[in-house]
This record gives sequence, structure tokens and C-alpha cells, in this order.
Amino acid sequence: MQDKENYRIIVGLGSCGIASGGRKVYQKIKEEIKKRNIKVLLEETGCVGMCYNEVLIEVVINGSRILYKDINPDKVDRILDEHIGKGNVVNEWVAKAEGIATLDDSFFAKQERIALRNCGVISPESIEEYIDRDGYKAIEKAVSMSREEVVKEILNSGLRGRGGAGFPTGMKWRFAKEAKGEKKYFICNADEGDPGAFMDRSVIEGDPHSVIEGMLIGAYAIGADEGYIYVRAEYPLAVKRLYKAISQAEERNYLGENILGSNFSFKLHVKEGAGAFVCGEETALIASIEGKRGMPRIRPPFPAISGLWEKPTNINNVETLANIPWIINNGAEKYSKYGTEKSKGTKVFALAGKIKRGGLVEVPMGLTLREIIFDIGGGIKENRKFKAVQMGGPSGGCIPESLIDTTVDYDSITATGAIMGSGGMVVMDETTCMVDIARFFLNFTQNESCGKCTFCRVGTRRMLEILNRIVEGKGKEEDIYLLEELSSRIITTSLCGLGQTAPNPVLTTLRYFRNEYEAHIKEKKCPAHSCEALLRFEVIPELCKMCGKCAKACPENAIKWEKKQVAMIDKDKCIKCRACITSCKFMAIE
Amino acid sequence: MVGCNCETKLKGILDEYRGKSGSLIPVLQKTQDLYGYIPKEAMEEIAQGLGMLTSEVYGVVTFYTQFRLTPVGKNIIKACHGTACHVGGAKAISEAMEKALGIKNGETTKDKKFTLEEVACLGCCSLAPVVMINEDTYANLSESNVASIFENY
Repeated sequence: MQDKENYRIIVGLGSCGIASGGRKVYQKIKEEIKKRNIKVLLEETGCVGMCYNEVLIEVVINGSRILYKDINPDKVDRILDEHIGKGNVVNEWVAKAEGIATLDDSFFAKQERIALRNCGVISPESIEEYIDRDGYKAIEKAVSMSREEVVKEILNSGLRGRGGAGFPTGMKWRFAKEAKGEKKYFICNADEGDPGAFMDRSVIEGDPHSVIEGMLIGAYAIGADEGYIYVRAEYPLAVKRLYKAISQAEERNYLGENILGSNFSFKLHVKEGAGAFVCGEETALIASIEGKRGMPRIRPPFPAISGLWEKPTNINNVETLANIPWIINNGAEKYSKYGTEKSKGTKVFALAGKIKRGGLVEVPMGLTLREIIFDIGGGIKENRKFKAVQMGGPSGGCIPESLIDTTVDYDSITATGAIMGSGGMVVMDETTCMVDIARFFLNFTQNESCGKCTFCRVGTRRMLEILNRIVEGKGKEEDIYLLEELSSRIITTSLCGLGQTAPNPVLTTLRYFRNEYEAHIKEKKCPAHSCEALLRFEVIPELCKMCGKCAKACPENAIKWEKKQVAMIDKDKCIKCRACITSCKFMAIE
Repeated sequence: MVGCNCETKLKGILDEYRGKSGSLIPVLQKTQDLYGYIPKEAMEEIAQGLGMLTSEVYGVVTFYTQFRLTPVGKNIIKACHGTACHVGGAKAISEAMEKALGIKNGETTKDKKFTLEEVACLGCCSLAPVVMINEDTYANLSESNVASIFENY
């Protein structure tokens, strides 16, 4: 039997790894190790960010790490035979390794991983591995500092809230620290509700201790002795890993009474959300923890003065908190070297939609959208034409191709009409209808409006009705004006961020893609060939390249095509399944 | 439910949480785990147990999307309709599932095996379109292959 003491295989088992079949790969490796009677440690880790390459496994031999991509159970034998058995790396499957150039290197080239420093590196269920990578050193350092020094350090780092609003974290902590009261609370907002964003899930699944440690440091700074993590119930794996991490931290006295021998104590609870987007808003979240309907209330008083059970309360987002231990360990100065003048540090972005390399990336603030979408994200799927990127979810907007060189920082993104938000970037190509996207978001906000403010409750519904009739080809000339009018009313008369930003997806698409609205209303055409009611299933002869792809894609043989001839759709046979439209790379079927 | 002994178990849940502040939502979550939904009788029981009005309990139940007022099937299918899934063709996926199961969004199959629900976002955006059955996530689905995921249940 070979001595493989220092041999490790690590399987990526975040939600994306599992969804791609990670557990089957893990199981196969486990069986093979047993069958071959070799001494190899089998471990699991969270998401390294390369979701497009899942299932990912890493082979570590004496510290040298080789990351393999697109692994399935059938590929396991070869890796065990060649790499583990003979020490020969299977080059063609390598995603990342030192000394081996791969196509995926450009995915990492511009990244700086601070919040994600441990994701995909350590086992999220092992506190030892977290500790080995400087884990819980920052809280040790923090309790030796004065509370004011800790607040100052975070203030000096320039860190701004990563949940969406971008409020300076240090300032928030100062308000809560200076608030009068014996009892204070520290809350982590893990109610990641933005459709299109999944960094909070990945951080908790991949590195739960960094969030706990961030909370500890914050709680110490503001003087809180009790805290809550409010996490979406839709993230079962994250919830499970949080419970495990908390009990590990309690065992080692990183949580509990007199932490690390200091007189700082902190008790941490998990609260599973019950599904309400508005609970991302601080006062609504607090109401939800109190067991009530999660409806926002008028501010002031701000939670820093009167929050959970009317006690001073500080709330930070998951990604914000994951940065905190790094800042305390490495210093504010080092952190603030990353980024731009007003947006310091790094930001995690979730790349999704019509992008080649979907996944999670962390980059210094100040890169351009082009660098993120094309250099890191590899550009658009099927080499179609880039149309827009949606940022900020239902509160954000669609940034068009003409602004692709915008730098990514809070102020530049806000200037486009979108917002940084929590960092979701959903990329859209020429086949995405911008009116439909606006309709999609209004449908979402209309559903999620808590109903407290009339304009948000009723206004978003009226806007949705207008958008519905536009995509159905029943739009009226005055609809655009009506949408703008309603938008400005909803923005000015809503209490919380949900209503105040709900019209943004409509306003930005009207600003940059007004012609698409007009085409729907006046010409009864959808330029993206996406809105069902406006499809005619006709070939546009000028655009047809006579390639025949549509004829091959048609399941009903309804398309007549011969070489060097424009395709023709037989409407009697056509079942309107859209297979031809999807297959056509030239937008030649409308 | 036959053989569930739900009422006694609900009393146990209420005993565990009685007197604790902010306990309504966790109590409702556990109640739903028990019954698969929140029956009217349970709401009355909870209100009495926690010293609240039934209308307050009902208000909370109807506010959050997690809580259901009707029984569900053995397996719950959550079809993601987040932004990335929408752009990636979630509508066609949902239609294909409706066709395969013979039910509409929100309904349960006659054999009580599946309940179909459209949800906002499951946070697996880079693998869109995505469907979750119970706690398993299925990724990169297409209209033609989506029905095959039911075979595992």
C-alpha cells in the first residue's frame, strides 16, 4: 500500500457543486479510495466561484494544488490512476494550477479575494481549517483594542455596506456604539432576496466562520452581547452550515461568556426567514425577528437608537461582515489601497444570465463593466451580441452596451440609473426583450410590496398592468407617459427602499431602450423576438443567411429550406414552439 | 394526518416556545413541518398557546410566502423564476413541467406526489434555469430534459 498521507482530494460541494452532481463524484471517489485501499484524505469545500466549471475537484499533493473542472463520476478513475497513482497531472481537465496555463486563468487574473478568501479553499464544516488560515485571530486582536479603536479601523478602511445601500460601515457602528443602553443587538442580514445575487449564500456555505467572526468584532465594537443571523429558509445548506459553525465556535469559546478570557460575551442565534423580499429592509427585518409581519416603519428612530425590541441595534450584510476579520488582521490602510477614492476595497459580483462564465468573482472596485463581463466572464454565450447588464436587482436597472466602459463603483453605477446593489450582474443579449425584463421586475416588486404605502401597493400593480398589455401587443400611445408619471409618484411617496426603487427597472429601460417600448406599442413588434404575442413566425429574407439551422431545429418539419435558399415556415404545421427562433443566430425569424 | 399525532406534537412545540419573545414564526415553521401546511385549527391552537389573536397569527401566515394554507404533495417542486432563470427560459421550463405533471402552478398532482410552485430566486443563478425538488437542486435544465428529474421521486 502506498503512503499517501499528504494526499488530499477536495470536492466542491456548495449549492452549485451539488446541483451539478458533486455528491455523486464525492461518493465515487470515496468508494474508489476504499476499493483501492489508498490513504487519501477526502474533503469537501464551498464554492470557488467557477460555477460554469462545476463539478470541481482539487487534488492536493504535498501542498501543490491542481484544480480539475467538469468532473463526473466517469472521470474519477483516470484522476486516481494517473494523478494520485503515478503523479501525472491530467492536463486537459485542469482549470487552475500553478505552472500550468489554462483557458480559465483569465477568470482569476483580475480578482482579489478578501471576502471570498476562504471560499473553495477550506472545508466550511471544519473550524480547524478556518483557524489555520488566521481564523479568529482578528477577534483576538480586536478584544485587545479599545472599542473606539476598532470602530476607527473600520471607518478608516472605507468599507461601505455591501448589501446594497453602500452606507459606511464604520459610521453605522459608531452610531450604535454611541447609542445609550445596556442591552444592544448585532444582526447579520442574510436574507439575500435580490433575484440574481447569490454571494451571501456562497459565503455562508463556503466560509461561515468569517461571518461569525465579523459579527463578533462588530458586537464587541458597539457593545452588543446578543445577535441574530437572519437567513433565508430557501438556503437549507447555508442554514445547516451556520448551525454547525456556531456550535463549533461555542465549543471553543469564540462564542459565549467571557470570550478568549476577556469580559466580552456574545450569544448568537439563527433566525430562518419565512420568505419576504421586503425583510431585507432593516426595520422590516427587525419586525420579522420579533415575530410580526415584516413591514417597514418610519425612520427615525433608526435601528442604531431603537431597533430590535426597541434596543440599539446594528445590522450588516453577510459580505460586509466577511471583510471585517481581514481588515482587522491586515489593517485599514491595506484594505483601502484597493478600489477607488470613494469606493474602497473589493466587491463580490454574481455573474449570471447570457454570460459564458457564470459564477462568483471578487474584484477591486474601479474595474470597468467590460473587464468584468468580457475579460473575467468570457463574454456572451453563443457569441451573441451583448445588449445590457442588469445590476441591483428589482431596485436597479439595465446598463446598455454604450456604457460598458463605466467603472464599477457606487457613484458611477448610480449615475447610470442602476445601483450597485448587492452585486448581482445578469447579462442580457440581443434575444432579451427589455420591456419584458421591466415587466418581470415589476411583477416581482408588485408581489413583494408589503402593502403599507398606497402608491407602492397600487401603483406597482398599475405599472405591471400597463407593461403586461405592452408585451401583449395591446399597448397604447400614452402608456410610456403613464409609466413615467406613476414612477415618479411611487418614488416620492413610498416609505422604504422597496417602493422608492421599484420603478428603476422601468425608468432605466425607458432611458436606454425607449425604441423597444415604441416598437411594441406602435409597430406591434418585439425587436428581441421574445414576446410571444408579437411573434409572427416568419423569416426575414434580408437577414436569413440560408444556413438551414432552423429547419433542423424544427420538431414538426414545418420549415422548408434548401441550400442557398431563404427558409420558409409553413404556418399550418408550425406549433409555435420557438425552436427555430432560438436556433437562429442571425435574428432572422420574427 | 393519520398517525401523525400532530396535535400532541403541536402542544409540545407550543410548550417549548411559550413565553419566549419573537416565537411566532419559528412556531409556524415547525407547525408547517408537522402538517405540510398550516391548518385553521392549528392557527387557533397557536393563538391560544402564545396568547395572541387568531387574526394576528393569520396575518403573519399570509404575509410570508413560506406558509401555506392548503395541504401539499409529498414532494415540493420549486421552479426558480429569478432574473437569470427568467432570462434563461424559466417560463418554458415551467410550462414543460405543468404539461408533464398535468397540473398548474400552485397545484398538487392527484396522487399527491408533487406540488408545483414558482419561486422568486433560489440563488443558483449561474446554473440557470434551476428547479429544486425538496432540498435537491437541478441545474442547467431544458424544456426537453426537465421531466426526467421527476424519476428520482
